[in-house]
Amino acid sequence: MARMKFLCDAERCIECNGCVTACKQEHEIPWGVNRRRVVTLNDGLPGEKSISVACMHCSDAPCMAVCPVDCFYKTSEGVVLHDKDLCIGCGYCFYACPFGAPQFPQDGAFGLRGKMDKCTFCAGGPEQDHSQVEFRKYGRNRLAEGKLPACAEMCSTKALLGGDGDVLADIYRTRVTTRGRGSEVWGWGTAYGKPETQRPQAPQQQPGGKS
Amino acid sequence: MRAAIVAAAVVIAAAGLAGCGEKSQVTVYKQGQYQGKPDNLPWQSAPFNNNQTEWEKAIKARNNAQNEYIRVGN
Repeated sequence: MARMKFLCDAERCIECNGCVTACKQEHEIPWGVNRRRVVTLNDGLPGEKSISVACMHCSDAPCMAVCPVDCFYKTSEGVVLHDKDLCIGCGYCFYACPFGAPQFPQDGAFGLRGKMDKCTFCAGGPEQDHSQVEFRKYGRNRLAEGKLPACAEMCSTKALLGGDGDVLADIYRTRVTTRGRGSEVWGWGTAYGKPETQRPQAPQQQPGGKS
Repeated sequence: MRAAIVAAAVVIAAAGLAGCGEKSQVTVYKQGQYQGKPDNLPWQSAPFNNNQTEWEKAIKARNNAQNEYIRVGN
């Protein structure tokens, strides 16, 4: 079983924001919510580095640990997802996340904080696959279409890789040995440095069954 | 008069039965346990229709397509 991960190669990222645009377009993300964004360190100085940041779907996800209503679950592929019907928008996950992944749309007439929204690894959520409800709440379910996240597949320089962690590690190893530098992977240790936790998984629907 | 009593009895019975279908509106949270809706495995729905092998093959092909040393060649 593949263990899905993200890897961003800071040597290759050119801050084009193609991943951000791909994500926005794929899931029709509203204004004010950025599931993915590009961060540039030492911007404008020689040797500046850019990295694309979103939910890393951590092995030992802190958001899952702090959620007071336990709305998070982990899929069999290691993707961290949540149920928006349970989320109360408290924001604890935002404070716990080392990557600033959880986003809170403004909701209601007085700009109240809405339910949390974050990168789903293009795996939808706990609704009927490919349904309108799933798309509206969580975005498109590309994983169920046999595709990888839109951001990684759209990346023109292939700085952002997404998919099976073992394959990504092989690709990155080949790159580093070929170019002879840039072996540091930003965020990799933070996200995947701890052993996989036995966190709750969602009970499975009957095939074709309604959620 | 009799018809009215019968009608009232039917309405009361129907209202009483409707109460039997009432579900609890409050979630009882159990610490550390996911309380939300169930979710499908990615290969359970169309286009893979429970064919896990085909799904894994598709994902593997996409994984390897990210490696330009294979895709384009050295």
